[in-house]
Amino acid sequence: MRHILSLLLENEAGALSRVAGLFSARAYNIESLTVAPTEDPTVSRLTLVTSGSDEIIEQITKQVNKLVDVIKVVDISESAHIERELMLIKLEARGAGREEVKRMVEIFRGRIIDVTEKTYTIEMTGDGEKLDAFIGALDSRIILEVVRSGVSGITRGDKAM
Amino acid sequence: MSKTKKKLRGAEIFIRALADEGVEHIFGYPGGAVLHIYDELYKQTDVEHILVRHEQGACHAADGYARSTGKPGVVLVTSGPGITNCITGIATAYMDSIPLVVFSGQVPTHLIGNDAFQEADAIGITRPCVKHNFLVKDVRDLAATIKRAFFVATSGRPGPVVVDIPKDITADSCEYAYPDKVEMRSYKPVVKGHPGQIKRAAELILSAHRPMIYTGGGVILGEASKELTEFTQMLGYPITNTLMGLGAYPATDKQFVGMLGMHGTYEANMGMHHCDVLIAIGARFDDRVTGDLEKFCPESKIIHIDVDPSSISKNVPVDVPIVGDVKSVLNDLVAAIKASKNKPNAGALKTWWKQIDEWKKIDCLRYEKTDKVIKPQFVIEKLYELTRGDAFVSSDVGQHQMWAAQYYKFDKPRRWINSGGLGTMGFGLPAAMGAKLAHRDATVVCVTGEASLVMCLQELSTCLQYDLPVVIVNLNNRYMGMVRQWQEFFYDSRYSHSYMDALPDFVKLAEAYGHIGMHIEKATDVESALKEALAIKDRVVLMDFITDQTENVYPMIASGKGHNEMHLAPQRELA
Repeated sequence: MRHILSLLLENEAGALSRVAGLFSARAYNIESLTVAPTEDPTVSRLTLVTSGSDEIIEQITKQVNKLVDVIKVVDISESAHIERELMLIKLEARGAGREEVKRMVEIFRGRIIDVTEKTYTIEMTGDGEKLDAFIGALDSRIILEVVRSGVSGITRGDKAM
Repeated sequence: MSKTKKKLRGAEIFIRALADEGVEHIFGYPGGAVLHIYDELYKQTDVEHILVRHEQGACHAADGYARSTGKPGVVLVTSGPGITNCITGIATAYMDSIPLVVFSGQVPTHLIGNDAFQEADAIGITRPCVKHNFLVKDVRDLAATIKRAFFVATSGRPGPVVVDIPKDITADSCEYAYPDKVEMRSYKPVVKGHPGQIKRAAELILSAHRPMIYTGGGVILGEASKELTEFTQMLGYPITNTLMGLGAYPATDKQFVGMLGMHGTYEANMGMHHCDVLIAIGARFDDRVTGDLEKFCPESKIIHIDVDPSSISKNVPVDVPIVGDVKSVLNDLVAAIKASKNKPNAGALKTWWKQIDEWKKIDCLRYEKTDKVIKPQFVIEKLYELTRGDAFVSSDVGQHQMWAAQYYKFDKPRRWINSGGLGTMGFGLPAAMGAKLAHRDATVVCVTGEASLVMCLQELSTCLQYDLPVVIVNLNNRYMGMVRQWQEFFYDSRYSHSYMDALPDFVKLAEAYGHIGMHIEKATDVESALKEALAIKDRVVLMDFITDQTENVYPMIASGKGHNEMHLAPQRELA
C-alpha cells in the first residue's frame, strides 16, 4: 500500500540525510521525497511517499520518529488529504503538432511558461495520476525533458499538523 | 560599568564542560585536530585521561566502563583515522544501547570538504551507527552541544553520540556557561507507561497458566533489577534472561531457568515454546533469541515492555505493548497486580513448574568431565567457584563467550560485559580494562579465545601504564571455535581458514608487555593455576589454557529452527 508521510524536522545540516539514510539502511523504499523550510525557518517540512504492508509502515513511522531531529511524523494518507505534484515539461512543438500540444495543455489545465520556435515548456500541477495521464496522452517522441517535484501533501479539514 | 565574564578558549570550555558534567575519566588518543584540547588536558586534574594504544580500544574501554557503572563512557580522538578507527567500537555500543559520548577532532571549518590532511566526514560515516551526532559550528554552541550529547546518550534508550569539533572552534573564545538542563522539542523519551495498558497487562499476567518472564539488557540499562526481582518473586513465575540480560535477575535463584536462545538452556527454550503468557521486558526479540519467528511462542499471548516504541512489534506481533522506562513500568505493574482481586493460579503454576523441572532434569549443560584434556566449560565453572560469582567478567565473541554465559552464574547486574548485538571480536580486553578502571578493588576477568584476544592485544600496554591488573582467561583451542563449529555442522567439516596457525607464545607475549604469563595444559592444573592468578592483585595475568580443540557449544538451536528443536551434545541427543 502507498503511504504519504509528512514530517516536521529540525532545519539543520544533515537532518535530511538522517531520514534518507534510515530508509536505505533498513531497506525501506522511497518513491518520492520533497523538503523545504516552513514559515518557521528552524523547521523543515518533508513529504515522503513510500509503500509497504501495515507492519512495515508502522515500523517506518516508529523508526522515523526515533530520529532525534524529527519533531513530528504523520501518515496523512490515513485520513482525507490532498496531494499535489509540480511538473515542468519541455516538449517539441513544430508544424501541425504545435497546435496539438497547446490544446492538450489546455485540456490538462497546464500553462505554457516558455516558448521557442521549436519547443514549449509547460508547467502543470496535480496528483501523480494526472501528470502520468498527461505524459501518456503525448506522443513520447516529442518529450524532451521532464522534471517532477515529487508529492507534497496536506490533510483536509480544520486540523493542522 | 558593565561586568563582562572572562572569555575562555574552546579547548578550555571543552574540559570545563566535561568536569561540570561529572566526567572523571576519558579514553583517548591525541592527534593534530585535538592538540588544543590535549594542551588543556595537560594543565588540569579534574578529568583523568587514559591513553589507549588504538582508538578502537578507547571505545571498547569506555564501553566497558559504561556497562560496569551505568555512567556514560567518554572518548576523545582526532580527525580522520582517529574517528574511523572508532567505528567498530561505536557500532558495538549502538547495537547494545550503551551510552557513549565520542568527541572527534575535525579539520578547521574553512578546510571541511577540501580533502584536507586527516579529514574524514565523521558525521556522515558515523550516522548509521550512532543514536545522534553533532557538528559544532560555533564556539558559542560548544557547551550546550556537550550537554545535549550527554543527555541524548544517557536518556530513553541509551546509545552512542558523536560530537565532531573542528580545530578552529577549540581555538575561538567565548563566555562559558554550562546549561543546567536540556530542552529538545524533537526528543522527549517516554518514562511512564500507559495506565490502561498496565492494568490490561496485570490481568493477563494473573490469568496465565504457563507464564514465562523473558528479560533483556533493557532491565540492566534501566537499573531495574530490584524491581524485576520483586515482580518475579511476588508471582512465582519462571524467568529467563537473554545474553545481554544476564545478571538482571539472580542466576542462582530457583525461579531462574537460565539463558534462552540459540545456546540457551533446554528448560528456558522449551518454556518459551510452551508458555501461554510471555512477559517480555527490555528485550528486543533478536533472531538469536527467537529462532524461527513462525515457530516462536506459538501458544502465547505476549506483553512487551520497552522504552523504545520501535522495538515493539518489530519482529513479533505483541498483544499488550507498554512503552516506558522499565523501572517505572515495573513499579506500576507491581502495584496493579497487588491491587487486583485476582491472584496467580497456584494450581496451574504447580503443574507448569513440574513440567519445567522435568525439562531441567535433562541437565542440558552437563559435559564430559575428564582429566585428559582441559574442557573449556570446566575452566569457567572453576572460575565461577573461585571468584564466588562476584567478578566482573568481560568476554570476546565466539564459543568462549557462550560458555562464560552458560557456566558463570551472574547474580548481580553489570557484572557480565560482552558484545551481544554486534558480536565484536577484540572487545573483551579493552572492555575489561575500562571496567577495572571503574572498579579498582574488584576482580575483573576477561574470558577470551586466542583468535579474539589478538584483535585488540595492544591494550596490554595501557593496562600496564595505568596499573589495571585484569586476569585474562584465554581458552586457547587453536581454532576460531564458533566458526569451526558451524563448519563442522553445516559445511561437512571443511575448516576453511578457521584454524589459528603461527600463534605467539602467550607467556612470553605477556612478559614482553610487562605482565605475567601462565601456560596451563593439564586439566588437573586448572584450579591451582586459577587460584594463583586470582591471588595476584597487582599484575595483569594472562592465562593461556590449552583446551579441547574440538569441543562444541551445546545446547544449540540451528538458525531458522524453533525453540522446541534443540540439539544437545551428540552422545546425549534427545529421541
